[in-house]
Amino acid sequence: MPKNWLSALARYVFILTVALIAYAAVLLLAGKNPILAYIDTFDFTLSSWYGFSEVIVRMTPLLFTAIAVALPSRAGLINVGGEGQLYLGAWLATWGAITFTNLPASVFIPFLVLLGFIGGGVWAALAGFLRAKGYVNETITTLLMNYIAPLVVGYFVYGSWRSREPGASAFPQTAAFVQEARMPRFFQTRIHLGFFLALLILFIYWFVLEKTKWGLKIKGIGGNPEAAKRMGIEVNFYLIAVMFVAGGIAGLAGMSEVTALHGRLRAGFSPGYGFVGFLISWLAGGRPLGILAMSFVLAIVFSSGSLLQITQGVPFAAINVLMAIILFIVLMKPNLRRLMS
Amino acid sequence: MTARDKARPLVSLRKITKRFSTVLANDSVDLDLYPGEVHALLGENGAGKSTLMKILYGFYTADSGSISLDGEKIQLNSPLDARKHRIGMVFQTFTLVPAMTAAENIALYLPDLSPVLDNEKILSHLDSLAQRYQLQFNLNLAVRDLPLGDQQKVEVLKLLTAKARVLIFDEATRVLAPHEIEGLFNIFESLKKDGYAIVFITHKMREVLQCADKVSVLRRGRLVETIDCSQATESTLVKMMFGDVEPPKLEIRDKRAEKEKDVLLELKGAGTAPTAVGTQLSQIDLKLKKGEIVGIVGVSGNGQRELVDAILGFLPLTEGSKFIRSRDATSWTPKKIRSGGIGFIPEEPLQMGVVPWMNLVENTALGDLETYALYGGFGLDWPGVAAKVEESFQTLNFEPLDPHRPVRSLSGGQLQRVVLARELGRDPQVLIASYPTRGLDVHSAAATFGVFAQLRDRGGAVLLISEDLDDLFKFSDRLIVLYQGKIAGTFAPQEIDRHKIGHLMTGSQIEAAEGGG
Ligand SMILES: Nc1ncnc2c1ncn2[C@@H]1O[C@H](COP(=O)(O)OP(=O)(O)O)[C@@H](O)[C@H]1O
Ligand SMILES: [Mg+2]
Repeated sequence: MPKNWLSALARYVFILTVALIAYAAVLLLAGKNPILAYIDTFDFTLSSWYGFSEVIVRMTPLLFTAIAVALPSRAGLINVGGEGQLYLGAWLATWGAITFTNLPASVFIPFLVLLGFIGGGVWAALAGFLRAKGYVNETITTLLMNYIAPLVVGYFVYGSWRSREPGASAFPQTAAFVQEARMPRFFQTRIHLGFFLALLILFIYWFVLEKTKWGLKIKGIGGNPEAAKRMGIEVNFYLIAVMFVAGGIAGLAGMSEVTALHGRLRAGFSPGYGFVGFLISWLAGGRPLGILAMSFVLAIVFSSGSLLQITQGVPFAAINVLMAIILFIVLMKPNLRRLMS
Repeated sequence: MTARDKARPLVSLRKITKRFSTVLANDSVDLDLYPGEVHALLGENGAGKSTLMKILYGFYTADSGSISLDGEKIQLNSPLDARKHRIGMVFQTFTLVPAMTAAENIALYLPDLSPVLDNEKILSHLDSLAQRYQLQFNLNLAVRDLPLGDQQKVEVLKLLTAKARVLIFDEATRVLAPHEIEGLFNIFESLKKDGYAIVFITHKMREVLQCADKVSVLRRGRLVETIDCSQATESTLVKMMFGDVEPPKLEIRDKRAEKEKDVLLELKGAGTAPTAVGTQLSQIDLKLKKGEIVGIVGVSGNGQRELVDAILGFLPLTEGSKFIRSRDATSWTPKKIRSGGIGFIPEEPLQMGVVPWMNLVENTALGDLETYALYGGFGLDWPGVAAKVEESFQTLNFEPLDPHRPVRSLSGGQLQRVVLARELGRDPQVLIASYPTRGLDVHSAAATFGVFAQLRDRGGAVLLISEDLDDLFKFSDRLIVLYQGKIAGTFAPQEIDRHKIGHLMTGSQIEAAEGGG
């Protein structure tokens, strides 16, 4: 077992090293200094408690969206719709937050968590249902639904939900939520309850899959749906349920972003957390600790995106190049032992 | 053809060796094929027959050894090379496009197909070939509408039009009804006269003695001997096939327990919805009583899969009803049916019965989660599962297997045992077994039937779906013939002969002058 562990670690380090070297080459070509860029990134993220806390903040939605991809993948489903599910989770939570404004926080927060979960869950379950019925492949539906979800949010924030506060109404966003609807933050940083919720869900994800009968069924379905069906497992039910839960988890990413950080729903508030979650789940091979580690790394990458824009004048979109490079290397499945010899 | 031609082999294989990772599939095999001869390759499953012939067809390349044609060494790197040297092969599973007509299928295979098709010319050419070699059938029907016997003719015509001289038939009779098998042997006769060299792969001795001139027996990848069929008898062939290890006695009918009358499973006028891809069942009346093995006879694709799915609840009945131990089970879910005491051996254990990357214990748990769940499902009783696995293997007299190896690394026979042990470990009353011995060696097959007999003798029932008439006749207490989704007849095995069954299976008329076999 420890040997497996070491080789997995070696693999991650190898992938990241190669990716960073390749990215450095890209920066050089763009006329930037990669060394300075990397030093800046380190200075502003890992070298201070504040920088570190911001990485954790970035990491929170990534954890959710990565689990939202990893869970269905165990049942043989490819969920590329994390982004859309995130939006719908935020959307339904926002509806709750601006509708029931006089609930006490102890009720309000769990209620919003529930709404966020349902919003993303139902959105994803739709794709699960179409798949279970044999109409459309879930990869296609979840992908395409990503384009619809931000439009749904847009329809409301440009329309009936748009803030009427002076100043704020210039932007497509809702009014600020009441304080009771805001998820608590900790340690005088922006680290919020969502992070601990994500860790809890990551633990549950591991426990359910490795220890429970439902996990065994899910893995059975992923390993051989035909056999699972014949062993009396309700495959269609599980396809829908797993998509619902996964979408719900992605919905929590959106819900916690709007309630803890922004305090209101904004059009286009996600810089692509749902897509990065897919990358993380892939990198981690669905393993819980891998998800944890890769979310952290990708959160640093993300932070560096906005950072380098300011310090080095590298456009934010440049981090997409880095992520694409990582994905490429992962897809090539480098075989370390062969490379070494 | 002159006497000299006969004396010199058309094809010679020398010291052919082929290894698949751990398996030595062919071990220094020599083989000579002569024009105008039917050469049988005999051996039990896994003996290396297909591998040897796939090497001659250029599908695999041998690790060592040589092939010569007309006395000259040749190199075969692909089936295309083989076809250029006029070597052709009919595979175990046909390679035809179902939606195209027979003529189109053949045209597709022609080496010198003209850019603009001259259908007239192709058809008349095919007609003359068909006349000459007794291969007549309707060339303009879509292949999917042809009976399997005719599909085989398409394959043969394909090879002949492509001018093959060496024709290899891999388990060609597997899917054929008895009269179609005779038809095939007649085709061999007329091909022989024109100097074709024919290789006939089989694991059935009876067929060898019926049609072959020479027979080569393979055992575990090695050539045991090549002899003239005139000198061969069933007992010499058995000795050659199995060596000193006598094949276990398969005959188990005599030990049959007293028959009781309780009906365990019943279908009454059952039918399913018409489908685009499968077979529609209609008016199925079927009773499975305690202490009996009922065999479903039929060419596969005549509703066997649908029948199984209808019993197991995967396919809803649109008419009629289903009873399990006298309770109306027509609308039960598969889960409920399974817990109602019905076990199932799928036709492809690896594809339909197990999760390949999971191990033996996990696969067993998966088959019966309600039993092994702890704390309402939040935990699983792994030691309990492992104990159950061990116990089932012991009761069934199977050699124990490593419970922690992924099942995909097991051989076909071992895999079948895993599924058998799992299903029988649940103490089913009824076992539905689809093609349970397909691809198994004799020992595993015997073990499987032994298990069925055990179940029957302690008052269970088995529905045996198979395409092996020998097995069906030997082990069934009752035979039900399935043809195009309907029951074409029900018989005790002793009251019907193979030919009659064969005609019922294929829906063909029984000729007046019938030999009887
Ligand atoms: N492509 C392959 N890869 C690995 N093993 C194979 C392959 N083809 C055949 N074998 C193995 O080689 C042996 C001989 O197989 P085969 O020639 O198909 O036997 P036969 O046709 O006599 O039943 C078997 O043990 C089989 O499992
Ligand atoms: Mg074979």
